[in-house]
Amino acid sequence: MTLFLQQLSNGTVLGALYGLIALGYTMVYGIISLINFAHGEIFMIGGFAGLTMYKYVLPDSFQRKAAIALPLVLIFGMLCSIIVALLVERFAYRPLRAAPRLAPLITAIGVSIALQELIRLNYPGAKAPVPFPRLISRGAIHPGGITIAYVSIFIVVVAIALMVLLQGFISGSRTGRAMRATAQDPDTARLMGIDTDRIIVTTFVIGAALAAVAGVMQGMRVGTVDHLMGFTAGVKAFTAAVLGGIGNIQGAVLGGFVLGIVESMATNYMPHGSAYKDVWAFVVLIMVLVFRPNGLLGERVASRS
Amino acid sequence: MLDRRILRAVAPVAIICLGLSACGSKKKESGSGKGGTTVKIAFIAPLSGSLTALGVGMKNSVKLAIDQANTKGTVKGFTIELDAQDDTGKADVGGQVAAKVASDAAVAGVVGTLNSSVALQAAPILDKQHIVMISPANTAIGLTGRDKIDAQVRPYANYFRVATTDDIQGPFAANYVSKDLHLTKVAVIHDKKAYGQGLAAAFTKQFEANGGKVVSQETVNPGDKDFSSVLSKIKPTGPELIYYGGEYPEMSLLSSQAKPLGLKIPLMGGDGVYDPTYITVAKDAAEGDLATSVGAATEKLDSAKQFVTDYAAAKFADPYSAYGAQAYDAANVIINAMAKALKGKKTLDAAGRQAIIDEVQKTDFSGVTGKVAFDKFGDTTTKLLTVYKVTSGKWNPEKSGEFS
Repeated sequence: MTLFLQQLSNGTVLGALYGLIALGYTMVYGIISLINFAHGEIFMIGGFAGLTMYKYVLPDSFQRKAAIALPLVLIFGMLCSIIVALLVERFAYRPLRAAPRLAPLITAIGVSIALQELIRLNYPGAKAPVPFPRLISRGAIHPGGITIAYVSIFIVVVAIALMVLLQGFISGSRTGRAMRATAQDPDTARLMGIDTDRIIVTTFVIGAALAAVAGVMQGMRVGTVDHLMGFTAGVKAFTAAVLGGIGNIQGAVLGGFVLGIVESMATNYMPHGSAYKDVWAFVVLIMVLVFRPNGLLGERVASRS
Repeated sequence: MLDRRILRAVAPVAIICLGLSACGSKKKESGSGKGGTTVKIAFIAPLSGSLTALGVGMKNSVKLAIDQANTKGTVKGFTIELDAQDDTGKADVGGQVAAKVASDAAVAGVVGTLNSSVALQAAPILDKQHIVMISPANTAIGLTGRDKIDAQVRPYANYFRVATTDDIQGPFAANYVSKDLHLTKVAVIHDKKAYGQGLAAAFTKQFEANGGKVVSQETVNPGDKDFSSVLSKIKPTGPELIYYGGEYPEMSLLSSQAKPLGLKIPLMGGDGVYDPTYITVAKDAAEGDLATSVGAATEKLDSAKQFVTDYAAAKFADPYSAYGAQAYDAANVIINAMAKALKGKKTLDAAGRQAIIDEVQKTDFSGVTGKVAFDKFGDTTTKLLTVYKVTSGKWNPEKSGEFS
């Protein structure tokens, strides 16, 4: 039982990170029906930007004070990710908005590779994984015999807070309503006086900010960042988004947690354990898609082709 | 247009000519020192690129051995000269320089290479010309044909090495864990790659033979970042140490993630984790972690004292590095074999080269790194290894010994 709870907690942390990244995929897909394959790299850049802030900008005296260092690292990570996402949207996706769907998809893959190589070639020491500061003390709590590190609690709390905030923003605010309108029908939304370009930009900004937070937290948890971290995490998060129903905000969060927990449990209870954990994660995806082709919570957006 | 085309064609030729003439003039100078026919000992290792430090240390050590032999007149009637070639640590370049060396009739033997992958290219080329090749550093077992369990056939009759091989590391580590640390319960993890899996299997076999118990066996994927699940699974089985077959990118993360989970036990790996990066990534979690590597820390060996003094006296610009002592031994093996094989001869011919190979096979002397002798596969009979431990943020030699 202890072991089960331990794996549940491991999976929850993993799921929180997947969920945060998945939100970016699902929101962009909801608005412009684009699978933004460069989103994983936005996550990676968030991690590297956070590291830059810590290593090259913060003075030594601040590095040890988590209360000062942590917010600065997070904010700088978000800022850089947002800037990169905006540039990508403006110069890679917007010119292709009227093009057939395949064109922006291929562009997204190209952008993804370009960003990876940009970091690999230019960031000092990025040819190998770069050590990332821990930022939070390494202690842990032990409820019921299991071990939950402080950093894990931090990740889950921050992720859930951001998810709740996002939900409130989308369902409550004017911009949120405009986003939902654009997702339903961009042409009609424009006729109603909504600046759809602005809405699309807002979507990219929110997605990038969430991914950057995930990138920094991934670095804190794992202890390194590397130029390929966005690829694996991106594939997993995309899977989570599809699992929950792509285009659906709650679906992305649910999909993230399901995927994380399945991976954790598979490590423990399935033959060949951790070597096959990804296999079981994808088996679950396939099973869900067989019985619920639109994902667990269903695709929210009416299909437009 | 035409001018530029000609220039383009001529420029590389001119550069090559310049390079060749530079080499040529240098050879003449050094050859005119002592009497007798000049023969060469070629040296192949990285002299540029990320492994330069290792290669230069080896080159200097070979130079030291050759200079000493010339001064003493070990090989009567011959003057030995060093022909150092840069393989840049790349297999294809290694093949090219090996071909260059093989075409030189004055070459009596080769010391090299540093990388096993490069040796795989160089050894067959040199074998065709019956040029003996002794590596100070190759550890891949396939090079001497012992990787095939059913039919072990030695692929290259000219290939020898003074370095211990990878397959001894696992059992050596197992003996250290059960006999020096007196631990009986161990968890074994590997990354499913040939190196990691082999290491883990060899460790497990020896550890169980010693009466130890492997309480948990797990595999991970190379490239994984998150090991909390697999570590959580291992924890309730109560291991006293985790043995990892694999390389440092994964093991450093295993170490840094194990300790917050309450697994406050040392991790141990092979030479694939014996790297400073391991400590920069795992930080203070790495304290107490262990790794085995082939050979011994030269400054700790009694037999190496004379070498260390001589090397310092020769005033080389760079230190002898991790494989300097092995390179010095390898050069001396060739020199001693030449002394016997070329006795009474005036020139080096094909029969002379074969005789050198035969004499190398019969080698038996005590060198800087210990006893130097070869088995029928060309592997060293001295299985010298070292356990390193992370203390105060550095890998420090904990115990050197021979595996028996």
